[in-house]
Amino acid sequence: MHPALSVIIFTTLSGFGYGLAAILGLFQPDPSLMAVKFGHVLAFLAIAGGLLASTLHLGNPQRAWRAFSQWRSSWLSREGVLAVLTFVPLTAQTGLAVVFDTSIGWLGFVVAVMSGITVYATSMIYASLKTVNAWHNPMTNTCYMLFAASGGLLAVATLSAFNDTQSTLIVLAIIALAAAFFAKTIWFRALDNESGPSTPGSATGLGFLGKVRLLERPHMGENYLTREMGFRVARKHAQKLRLISYGLGLVLPVLLLLIMGATGMVFFGVIALLSHLTGILAERWLFFAEAKHAVSVYYGSESA
Amino acid sequence: MTSLPTQVTGKKLGLVIDLDVCVGCHACAVICKEWNTGGYGSALSDQEPYGEDVTGAWLNRIHTFEVTPGDMIPGYGKKPKGQGVGEVIAQTEEARVVHFPKSCLHCDDAPCVTVCPTGASYKRGEDGIVLVDEDKCIGCGLCAWSCPYGAREMDQDAGVMKKCTLCVDRIYNEDIPEIDRQPACVRTCPANARHFGDLGDPNSDVSKMVEERGGIDLMPEQGTRPVNKYLPPRARQTLPSSEVPSAAAIAETTDGAQGFMKWIDTALSKI
Amino acid sequence: MSMSETSPQHLVGGVGDRIISTNGPVGDDMRQTTCYMCACRCGINVHLRDGKVRYIEGNRDHPVNKGVLCAKGSAGIMQHMSPARLKKPLLRTGPRGSNEFKEISWEEALNKAAEWLGPLRNDPQKLAFFTGRDQSQALTSFWAQNFGTPNYAAHGGFCSVNMAAGGIYTIGSAFWEFGSADWDRTKLFLLFGVAEDHDSNPIKMGLSKLKKRGARFVSVNPVRTGYSSIADNWLGVKPGTDGLLILSLIHELFRMRKIDLDYLNRYTNASWLVVQAPGDKDHGLIARDSNGTPLVLAEDGSVQPTKTKGVSPRMGGSVTLPADCLTGAGKSAVPVLELMAEKYLVPDYAPEAVAGKTGISAETIRNLAAEIARVAFEEEIVIDQPWTDMTGERHDKIIGRPVSMHAMRGISAHSNGFQTTRALHVLQVLIGSIDCPGGFRTKPPYPKPVAAHPKPHGKPEHINPGKPLAGPHLGYVRGPEDLLIDGEGKPTRIDKAFSWEAPMSAHGMMHMAIANAHAGDPYKIDTLFMYMANMAWNSSMNTKSVIDMLTDKDEAGDYKIPKIIYSDAYSSEMVAYSDLILPDTTFLERHDCISLLDRPISEPDSVNDSIRWPVVEPDRDVRGFQSALIELGGKLKLPGFVNDEGEQLYKDYADYIVNHQRRPGIGPLAGFRGENGDQEGRGAPNPDQINAYIKNGAFWSKELPEEARFFKHANKAYQDFAVEMGFFDAPQPVTFQLYVEELQKFRLCADGLRQPIAPAHQKERIKTCFDPLPVWYAPFEEDGVNLEAYPYHAITQRPAAMYHSWGSQNAWLRQIHTKNVLYVPGPICDSEGLKDGDWAKVSSWHSSIRVPIARMEAVNDSTMWTWNAIGKRKGAWNLSPKAPEATEGFLLNHLIHELLPPKGDGLRWANSDPITGQAAWYDLRVSITKDADQTSPESTPGFADVGARKVLGDPPDDLRYGQEWTKETSS
Ligand SMILES: Nc1nc2c(c(=O)[nH]1)N[C@H]1C(S)=C(S)[C@@H](COP(=O)(O)OP(=O)(O)OC[C@H]3O[C@@H](n4cnc5c(=O)[nH]c(N)nc54)[C@H](O)[C@@H]3O)O[C@H]1N2
Ligand SMILES: Nc1nc2c(c(=O)[nH]1)N[C@H]1C(S)=C(S)[C@@H](COP(=O)(O)OP(=O)(O)OC[C@H]3O[C@@H](n4cnc5c(=O)[nH]c(N)nc54)[C@H](O)[C@@H]3O)O[C@H]1N2
Ligand code: SF4
Ligand code: SF4
Ligand code: SF4
Ligand code: SF4
Ligand code: SF4
Ligand SMILES: [Mo]
Repeated sequence: MHPALSVIIFTTLSGFGYGLAAILGLFQPDPSLMAVKFGHVLAFLAIAGGLLASTLHLGNPQRAWRAFSQWRSSWLSREGVLAVLTFVPLTAQTGLAVVFDTSIGWLGFVVAVMSGITVYATSMIYASLKTVNAWHNPMTNTCYMLFAASGGLLAVATLSAFNDTQSTLIVLAIIALAAAFFAKTIWFRALDNESGPSTPGSATGLGFLGKVRLLERPHMGENYLTREMGFRVARKHAQKLRLISYGLGLVLPVLLLLIMGATGMVFFGVIALLSHLTGILAERWLFFAEAKHAVSVYYGSESA
Repeated sequence: MTSLPTQVTGKKLGLVIDLDVCVGCHACAVICKEWNTGGYGSALSDQEPYGEDVTGAWLNRIHTFEVTPGDMIPGYGKKPKGQGVGEVIAQTEEARVVHFPKSCLHCDDAPCVTVCPTGASYKRGEDGIVLVDEDKCIGCGLCAWSCPYGAREMDQDAGVMKKCTLCVDRIYNEDIPEIDRQPACVRTCPANARHFGDLGDPNSDVSKMVEERGGIDLMPEQGTRPVNKYLPPRARQTLPSSEVPSAAAIAETTDGAQGFMKWIDTALSKI
Repeated sequence: MSMSETSPQHLVGGVGDRIISTNGPVGDDMRQTTCYMCACRCGINVHLRDGKVRYIEGNRDHPVNKGVLCAKGSAGIMQHMSPARLKKPLLRTGPRGSNEFKEISWEEALNKAAEWLGPLRNDPQKLAFFTGRDQSQALTSFWAQNFGTPNYAAHGGFCSVNMAAGGIYTIGSAFWEFGSADWDRTKLFLLFGVAEDHDSNPIKMGLSKLKKRGARFVSVNPVRTGYSSIADNWLGVKPGTDGLLILSLIHELFRMRKIDLDYLNRYTNASWLVVQAPGDKDHGLIARDSNGTPLVLAEDGSVQPTKTKGVSPRMGGSVTLPADCLTGAGKSAVPVLELMAEKYLVPDYAPEAVAGKTGISAETIRNLAAEIARVAFEEEIVIDQPWTDMTGERHDKIIGRPVSMHAMRGISAHSNGFQTTRALHVLQVLIGSIDCPGGFRTKPPYPKPVAAHPKPHGKPEHINPGKPLAGPHLGYVRGPEDLLIDGEGKPTRIDKAFSWEAPMSAHGMMHMAIANAHAGDPYKIDTLFMYMANMAWNSSMNTKSVIDMLTDKDEAGDYKIPKIIYSDAYSSEMVAYSDLILPDTTFLERHDCISLLDRPISEPDSVNDSIRWPVVEPDRDVRGFQSALIELGGKLKLPGFVNDEGEQLYKDYADYIVNHQRRPGIGPLAGFRGENGDQEGRGAPNPDQINAYIKNGAFWSKELPEEARFFKHANKAYQDFAVEMGFFDAPQPVTFQLYVEELQKFRLCADGLRQPIAPAHQKERIKTCFDPLPVWYAPFEEDGVNLEAYPYHAITQRPAAMYHSWGSQNAWLRQIHTKNVLYVPGPICDSEGLKDGDWAKVSSWHSSIRVPIARMEAVNDSTMWTWNAIGKRKGAWNLSPKAPEATEGFLLNHLIHELLPPKGDGLRWANSDPITGQAAWYDLRVSITKDADQTSPESTPGFADVGARKVLGDPPDDLRYGQEWTKETSS
């Protein structure tokens, strides 16, 4: 699948934002602290920015409002509706923290639950697509959720450290990061080892005659389908990017968190966070770039 | 309604494509582009039409596949040992080419409809046609992602999703002669490989054709339950093995031209 | 279609707000004319909206396409809208090839042409006028004839003259536009070497019909795509060996005694006696009595003229001819069929013997022959339709042998193509399937025997300063005495057609014109005048050297080909190499005439002709070439183009179409003749004829009487009909020529037994190739190259969705074929280490190209192939110089030479069929290796940007054709 920048930014930022908002809501760090205030604003902006970015790839963004209408069947629509709904408690939580230096336990819980559901909905946009085998499994949701949570924990651990390093948070963040990347490893393994159910034989119904292979494309150049669905990153590059995403997303942040825990220097946490987000960008890029769409069997793939 | 229609008439309009006679001429694809670029919805635009990266929106495309029988040695064809280059004995069971036209299959369980966040993509209850309401489409592309067949293409200029309309503006159009109220691609196909009709009616011509020829669904594993059906190539008729000439004929044969002339004499006297 | 304006009862819709209008007329006007993108010439309905073309669809009533339309036809809008359209006459200002021109007025352009051509009338050989994809040869040849030059031809010589000549000399008809299979009745159909054909829509319709009927379809073709892909049986023959395969089938038919003797006796020269006197001047000629009538051997052993009442001739035996014979007096003679039996029953033609060479197993050949015999003789069709033959005999029914065949360039474009074509027709004749129900059927005005065709003109005595040529240029020679050579045997035509190099070159040899004019061989010319032929690109073999010839200068610094006038509608590669450009209109903007005098569009059961007319007006300063030619004829005061006062005779082409008469009562169009438009075939000019055609859908079609539909070669009702229609003035029945005596005459010249004596270096070749009975010999290139160094074949195929080079300017079609690859058989890939997407170096004896390849299995395993003419010159057709057509696409033409490899005899041997001069495109032999450079993304040879943009301006970078007719979308 074509890794559209706007969509990568959208899923990365909003995932992180919801994760952060949720962790802030659940852990209720002291909102009078500047760093915590900043965290609330960061979560809000990341969510809003992510959602805005998502409209950038639309052919007709001016009609984006229409996307709220089909929540009964469409995960994209649900995601939109949930995002809007989540803004209500989110705005309240952010406002209370920033303006009134307060936080409310049950509100935080509501924010956390709704953020979770929203991230789940985002992940379902992809996981619900039968056509993309790599996405069409519960590990996709698990990854999205865990990445959101671990990003949130990492951020909260870092922000709290402005005041006082909290080893519980650091440990939790490390566990979450490990869990997220563990889930992702399972996801990658599935991607590497199993292909989707469709083959040129099933796609043409000619399988009964023998081995079916594309001889000539319908059009010799590229088209919307080959650009959008036919994008496949070279294996070599994919391996490299996976290393980058593990390195920047997991290994480096964990090391830096440990250093921060040991030294109490927040600087390491900030770098950990930036590194993590960069790692996630790479992960997201691969999430699209490595995924093979069923239609590719009409364009030369042997299975998808 | 972006959900699939609940009130259906049972009518399922669609196409039946006969892979036994399609010669891959692209006529159906081009006339589809021609009909639809000035008709239903926005034009089917082309980018860099005379440039390096020419591309455009099409609703119907013709792929070409090659099928090699399972028992062939890859690359060598089914070739008895000891034959030199060029000594292909081409017959029924060998590699063949199948031309393969593909447009929207107007699926019964159309994922492209249910994923659509705006309701722009919909399936009609009264005849099963899957359409896009371009006024509502935000061009998110999700429906194209959900279609396993590559039957939807985003128009790059209009930013809306385009797809086969089953020529809804022809088949019901009272301003064109009745005989022409069929999809443009069906009307033009020189090999008569495309047929249009109600696949929900077991007595329709298309349904009978599907029944008779064992029409198939593409990618049944995707669970889309397509309405359009494909008729697989008919079994090829191998050349009957020539009977061993009668003993008399062989005897005559051995004396070559003379035997032949003798035969002529007798044969001529019978005329 | 506007979706807002229709009234509610017209609304068909879905639920709730889903009501959409599906009504509305297609356009505000519909005009019917004739498609142009290929020689099929289908009827089209052009729907117009706001004066623009909205939609083009097939005309259901049209006899050719019956409503269907191919991809090219459907893309007619984009052909018409091409940004490569020329806009104004052009005069070259820069060097040739630079595309530097100045725009001039039509007045200036035509004056310039007249100024150049006028003086040449006194030395008419100095003008060479060649027309390419011409659909108005009746006019262009008439013009050239009146100019007086012998140097006129259309493109048939490099296209399919083997097909035409082989057919006409054998059955008075041919495949191609002359006949087709009986699609509704045939039970076994054999297709040899066809990818698209000129009859492309009818073939597709026909194949589909016969597959649905369960008839068997056998395709003989090295490549199994397109039509071949739907065949029941595919015979992946080695290129150039079809002749052998067919002769082996004939061997089998003889062996099985599956020959229709009655048919042979009635309709062929099977029983004619052939003089057997080696060393004698009459050897191998048909024995003739003192009146020149062919002789046969009667039952009682006497020799009788053919058609003697009560004589049933013998097909075997030998006889000594009476002394009063015109030919063969006192010599021994045997019937043709006996010669055939002797020739074809030898083991050389046994399936086992030919399997290795043809690549088809003996078993397959045997089975196919048996199937042909079985279907022909056991599945006979009987139609209860009484008819009368030319001897006056009344038959109460029509017997059909439902085996039919069709062939085109796959057999035609080889140096043995004439003989192979002959073999194929002889095969059909032997089973009695020519023009019978279920067989191959001729299309009026064919069949037409050689005797009813003109002879070629252009002998020295035919060419006179200031005078028209003594007769038509092209025709069918009856023997060596008709050659167009001078006293020393030197060709009189610039292309050397009808000379010893190509004695029966019925269509001329356009592909040799530039090479010969450049070499000054046989003489120098002054002006090359061409129409609709992309000679600087895919029409030429060895494209690069042709470009060099067009730009080559002599010592004085003048171009070796001094002047080039060219008419094209688009900025093709050739435009850049011309000096004066006469810009043509597109096919929707002009009058055209698809005439029975030319290349007709009849069907077996109907005689048809049609027109084009300006369904839209040109928005540029362009003129239909035919009108321009008529005006030029007027300026040059050519006979036939000016009246007695010296004034231009016809206002324009439309005027000519209506008022020109070839013979009294016979004009370009056969329909709606006579002052009131109520006469058909013959009749006075009808001033309202064009309107009558327009009203009738731009065509005229007349069904043949029921009784006249079969055996037209010998059917009295048909012959009467033909005379009534004006095809001929007296009946012209055809006797099928199993044995072509004309060929033997050339052999006698080669043996020094007949005048003119053939040149010494030609003798061997004439003796082997000019066999009066079909033979097979290996394609010439095989003789000339080291087959170990060049072990493979390379051929092209026509893509269904592209027309030669000009389809690439079509924004829609070019998306389908933006570039081409070379398809390489799996075994070759494996042995050369090639895989999909690799770049390979492909070499012939004279040149190399670097191309992308793809692997393929369904192909003869010694044959690689690519689509024809996808490769383009950079910057031509107003495409971006970076267009994939030019960077990655390629032509095979660079590997093909117009001459054979030098034989060390110092002579130039054309890479052509020795009989007709047909260019042997598909004889090519190549080698292939993986290119060392796998990174460069460009094919070679590469050519510099030819810069059509300099003349035309930049093309649009986005198209939304028809957007103005769609409802504005809201938010
Ligand atoms: N390798 C290889 N080469 C081949 C062949 C092959 O099989 N293999 N086939 C050969 C054969 S059979 C043929 S017929 C030739 C065909 O080759 P060409 O005769 O060269 O055909 P095109 O290149 O399509 O077009 C001829 C010219 O006609 C111009 N033209 C198009 N429409 C009009 C019009 O309305 N008016 C005027 N005045 N000009 C117009 C085009 O712009 C173009 O310049 O190619 C030959 N070349
Ligand atoms: N769409 C489209 N239609 C066209 C044209 C076009 O450019 N585009 N051009 C028109 C013109 S000018 C012409 S001349 C006709 C030509 O019409 P076709 O004769 O159909 O032309 P080709 O594509 O040259 O097809 C030759 C076929 O012969 C096969 N072949 C090659 N060598 C051999 C051989 O030795 N034996 C056998 N049995 N087969 C062989 C090739 O694989 C190919 O399939 O098409 C006309 N129609
Ligand atoms: S083919 Fe694709 S676009 Fe058409 S209905 Fe099925 S899923 Fe939707
Ligand atoms: S692109 Fe348009 S039709 Fe497709 S899902 Fe998005 S809004 Fe719906
Ligand atoms: S039915 Fe109409 S829209 Fe659909 S593929 Fe055919 S021509 Fe195109
Ligand atoms: S028009 Fe008919 S024969 Fe041609 S590609 Fe389409 S379905 Fe096949
Ligand atoms: S076959 Fe196609 S291009 Fe040729 S005349 Fe017919 S519609 Fe036009
Ligand atoms: Mo041709």
